[in-house]
Amino acid sequence: MSKMLKKSLLWPFAVVAAIGFLSMGCSSNGEFGSSSDAAEKVYVAPGEHDEFYGFFSGGYNGQLGVYGLPSGRHIFTIPVFSQAAVNGWGYNEETKPMFQTSDGFVPWGDAHHPELSQTNGETDGRWVFINENNTPRIARIGLDEFRTQEIIEIPNSAGNHASSFVTPNTEYVTAATRFSVPMDEDNLQNMDVSIDSYKDNFQGTISFIKVSDEGHMNIDFQIRMPGFNYDLSHSGKGPSDGWAFFTSYNSEEAHTMLEINASKNDKDYIAAINWEKAAEYAANGEGKMIPGEHYRNYIDHEEGGVAKSELIEEVRVLDPRELDGLVYFLPTPKSPHGVDVDPSGRYIAAGGKLSTVIPVHSFDKMMTAIENEDFEGEEQGIPVLNYESILHGEVENPGLGPLHTEFDDKGNAYTTAFISSEIVKWDVETLEVVDRIDVYYSPGHLMIPGGDSQNPDGKYLVALNKITKDRYLPTGPEMFHSAQLIDISGEKMQLLLDFPTEGEPHYAQGIAAEKVKENQKRFYEIEGNNHPHAAKSEKETRVERDGNEVHVYMTTIRSHFAPDNIEGIKVGDEVYFHVTNLEQDWDVPHGFAMKGANNAELLIMPGETMTLKWEPKKVGVFPFYCTDFCSALHQEMQGYVRVSSEDSDVEVSYSTGQS
Amino acid sequence: MDTKKRISMGVAALILIGVYFVPIWSISMDAPQYPEGIGMNITVDNIQGKEKNDLQNINGLNHYIGMKEINPDSIPELKIMPFIFGFLIISGVVIAIVGDRKWILFWLGIFVLLAIAGLVDFYIWGYDYGHNLNPDAPIKVPGMTYQPPLLGSKQLLNINATSLPHIGFYISLLSMGIAGTVWWKSKED
Ligand SMILES: [Cu+2]
Repeated sequence: MSKMLKKSLLWPFAVVAAIGFLSMGCSSNGEFGSSSDAAEKVYVAPGEHDEFYGFFSGGYNGQLGVYGLPSGRHIFTIPVFSQAAVNGWGYNEETKPMFQTSDGFVPWGDAHHPELSQTNGETDGRWVFINENNTPRIARIGLDEFRTQEIIEIPNSAGNHASSFVTPNTEYVTAATRFSVPMDEDNLQNMDVSIDSYKDNFQGTISFIKVSDEGHMNIDFQIRMPGFNYDLSHSGKGPSDGWAFFTSYNSEEAHTMLEINASKNDKDYIAAINWEKAAEYAANGEGKMIPGEHYRNYIDHEEGGVAKSELIEEVRVLDPRELDGLVYFLPTPKSPHGVDVDPSGRYIAAGGKLSTVIPVHSFDKMMTAIENEDFEGEEQGIPVLNYESILHGEVENPGLGPLHTEFDDKGNAYTTAFISSEIVKWDVETLEVVDRIDVYYSPGHLMIPGGDSQNPDGKYLVALNKITKDRYLPTGPEMFHSAQLIDISGEKMQLLLDFPTEGEPHYAQGIAAEKVKENQKRFYEIEGNNHPHAAKSEKETRVERDGNEVHVYMTTIRSHFAPDNIEGIKVGDEVYFHVTNLEQDWDVPHGFAMKGANNAELLIMPGETMTLKWEPKKVGVFPFYCTDFCSALHQEMQGYVRVSSEDSDVEVSYSTGQS
Repeated sequence: MDTKKRISMGVAALILIGVYFVPIWSISMDAPQYPEGIGMNITVDNIQGKEKNDLQNINGLNHYIGMKEINPDSIPELKIMPFIFGFLIISGVVIAIVGDRKWILFWLGIFVLLAIAGLVDFYIWGYDYGHNLNPDAPIKVPGMTYQPPLLGSKQLLNINATSLPHIGFYISLLSMGIAGTVWWKSKED
């Protein structure tokens, strides 16, 4: 047995080696580089804008990178799940609550799959969602201000990987547990049991998060699932709207050395979930409410821009063993990774990461099989459909390690092959491979703007490569991951551009810039600033002591702070600098940095108030200054705080502009 | 004067009501740091930014070179002008009713004099803003003054300022034109 295993595990390496030689052999055909007309295609002249926004997950940096396409220019980083000292995200008093979870303050996250909101199956430019894998959470980022506006925690989940995919009208965002954990039968509470009792005790959940018109998220229901690992997801569309598909691996329910023990079964499952029916069940009060403490954190600028944390105690759980027609398993070879629904909504492509073919299921056939109860059996109470009955077909020779598929607007699918480092283009109807192109190296996800919607912009494809090696100037052992832009407008794919990306980008999403640009906020109206500690003009600036708490109501405007001289602070005080930026002009933030503060700076947008907490520990006079070069007199934008000893009798006083 | 001419004179007076709803003059500024432009409109009783916060931002720019803050509340002309136009409208209507030709000339004369006075006042205002600089200004360019042009364009440091009449001014011209025509045509009566 073990000998056979060894053999079967070794053969991919032989193939990789062979492909390595082959590609060396073809390096003269120009595929390694690009041509000069490629340069023209990605050139965006100074002062001109890119055609598309690309939103790239930051992976282990916990943030969301914004890139212009086709130029590949990195235009912004949106802090999401990780504290960002650069603007005080997660450090200042307004945003600290965004990091609240049932495990306490979690300052880092692993951000995987951004997903744009959709209306009628098309990207609409309202929001982009992104999941956090490690401490299960989903964030909503408003594209009007490119800021994280809400983060909701997912209870009864241990790793949130198959997330955050939306339904065609953003009715729901989905989340599924990557790791199953022991959960008690009644309340799904994590249990103190032996790990080798996996098969008896471990379970998973899949969650559906309802999104209101304003974007507020709440967990409408969870579905209890067998103890597999749930990997990726996509929602149905068109005829398959109302369904969502989740890949799983480890149907073996192994708990150690999964690379071998979870790779044994010839087929694992795609879980097809009838969410429309589930929503009906939930609305009718089916299932049961169980304890499931989780936080919802949100910021609303209309309400002062101060994040609030709301603790939600319960969650509704639906059990497919008790409720009919909720979940079906589609057998799929072999440890499937991605699951992608084509724009017509009729086909469901799986990435069988250990499979040598790409299985494509037919939604019509799936529905017929369900109607005819054409089941090959059941798995822990969930019907398993017949592979042969639901299969549209298999794509032969799709490269090694097919992972993810996106679609263009001409009936083609594009799949990344991780092991053989290529992108394979195939026809969704005929399942024939029509083109392939090498990428460098080991692509995970790929992205076509709108490529998972009903209306893709089939002009560009971005390959998100896991390994970068020799593509850029070397930077020590670590290099940023590489994205590659490929022109897919013609018959043959053409490599246009390499560009590095921060963190480890997993998925990305793209949208026409026009859909986003016109709704941009340029600054916040000072009249609309409802922050409880705002000073809306220099007349309102002041310093107030309340016991050992000192509140400084400060304003900034080019090129001074008011007040800029503060005395009467004592060692041991808790000083809160509430800094309001009075500017009403686009792109004129002011910074606020306090010597010796143990957190970060503030970067305050025009019209906004931010609060920095400072606990002075030493006697003396300490400077503060503006960090964002705001004007010709930026360097003069500074002030002093005098700190006296704890027992001193220096009274609080403050001034601006007296010499 | 026949009814037709009286009505025309009435129209000449009444269209001045429009002046209360549109700007009379506008100053626009172009600078690399304001690619979309920045500017202000002068109306009968106010000075407003072309965009909501332009005035605040212009004042922000001006403070480097020590120009006074443009504060509509402290400009007396803006308090008087609504009454001047009110006077012209009412007196014009009265003249139309009375139908006396020589009063039209008198009315026109006053209107023209007021317009000239307005332009002179505007020039003096601009001169004062551009020359009367705060001695403590952060940026002092030797020999530099910042008087905006009365009419047309002028380069002030890296800002190109353009000053032009706006709709309210053309309404006034039209009103004068109609009144003048009525006066001319009623010669034969
Ligand atoms: Cu500043």
